[in-house]
Amino acid sequence: MRQAFAVARKDLLIEIRARLLLVRVAPFALLVLVLFAVALDSEPLILRAAAGLVWLTMLFSVLLLVQRAYDVETEDDALEMLLTSTVEPTQLFFGKLLAAFVQLLVLSVLLVCGAVVLYGATVTAGHLVLLVTTVSCAAWGLASVGTLYGAVVANMNGRDSLLALLALPVLAPVLIGASRATEAAFGSQTIDTASGWAWVALLAVFALVFSAAGAAAFGALMEPEA
Amino acid sequence: MQAVTTNDTAIRLTDAVVALGGFPALAGVDLSVGRGELVALRGANGTGKSTLLRLCAGLVPLSRGAARVFDLDLGDDRSAVRRHVGLLGHRNGLYADLTARENLEFTARLAGARDEDVEDALQRLKIDGRVASTRVRTLSAGQRRRTALASLVVRRAQLWLLDEPHAGLDAAGRVELDAILRDATDAGATVVYTTHESDRPGGEIPRTVTLAGGAVVTDKPSRRP
Repeated sequence: MRQAFAVARKDLLIEIRARLLLVRVAPFALLVLVLFAVALDSEPLILRAAAGLVWLTMLFSVLLLVQRAYDVETEDDALEMLLTSTVEPTQLFFGKLLAAFVQLLVLSVLLVCGAVVLYGATVTAGHLVLLVTTVSCAAWGLASVGTLYGAVVANMNGRDSLLALLALPVLAPVLIGASRATEAAFGSQTIDTASGWAWVALLAVFALVFSAAGAAAFGALMEPEA
Repeated sequence: MQAVTTNDTAIRLTDAVVALGGFPALAGVDLSVGRGELVALRGANGTGKSTLLRLCAGLVPLSRGAARVFDLDLGDDRSAVRRHVGLLGHRNGLYADLTARENLEFTARLAGARDEDVEDALQRLKIDGRVASTRVRTLSAGQRRRTALASLVVRRAQLWLLDEPHAGLDAAGRVELDAILRDATDAGATVVYTTHESDRPGGEIPRTVTLAGGAVVTDKPSRRP
């Protein structure tokens, strides 16, 4: 995993320098939360929708992060340098996935805090483990699909809109599962904790499946066009 | 004709054809390059020099003929050769938000090279000191080229494929680059590069292969002044 950690470290260092998460993605995500609060303008409705709004915002944010992760590889043909190196495609996939995962974790903490402040959502100590596990599994799933589909469109024209068109339908199970599990973690009356854990199990399976699929397919997807 | 590859042969192309978008960028190239050899590819724009490099790097598929690099058949599996190749294209393959040193450290981590190799390469290409700690985005074109070349030095690839490596370098940089390429071949690496440069007076003239219309038209052996 030495090469995967090197790739992840490089991607995170670039993120720290470029500050995309801090300057563009996080303000965008928080603004979306605020706008939802203004648009719904009903406390019971907002509380009921809080978890879904958090994960819908995460879904849009992952597209921005993934686009950036591949832009840095293509803007000076660094991808060719990676392809003609000793790095294994699997290691490259997991490196990029790991970097996206860390950024999504940071973003999810911000968004959950935003939901607590803006929507009045509450997380009790008893539900904290459920929330942390939900966020971890969902972020890994989002990062897996984002990294995989980012590779599919990396060398295509109009890749920004293509990524959204391809990835968003695939990410629907994460949106549903993470929203329901987070609802349980927020202490909603409509779903109990046991059901929340069942949704977490689905998120974990989804993350595993797409991690494995990405690792297997990444080499072929990154193959340069003639 | 059947391609014959010996252990002393790094590249063996036999009637190699590469079609890009239906156009034959290489139209039947016959070329053999020995291990540790330094070869300059010449030719006008669009004669297939860059495509030849990319074929040897396993980045474009062989349409017809035979191509072997280090005894690996590019017609069967063109990805296997890539781990042996250090490619420098028209662009530098650098990360603009990282410093020159960080770019090299990343290359070193992937290649399993040592920190000392990074420092040696930085000094060799004269991008040490303040320049090494400057983000690539703010470096001059020549400094970026030097950083990309330093990255190749750190990689210690068996086969160096360089597309106009002298471009963007000042006179001193070009002479230094020639010395680096010589050192690489002395250490056993094979170097193939494209150039529009005139031969420098007093220097050893490498084997020079000239392409026209996607095929080799002349092949002159290296000669000392």
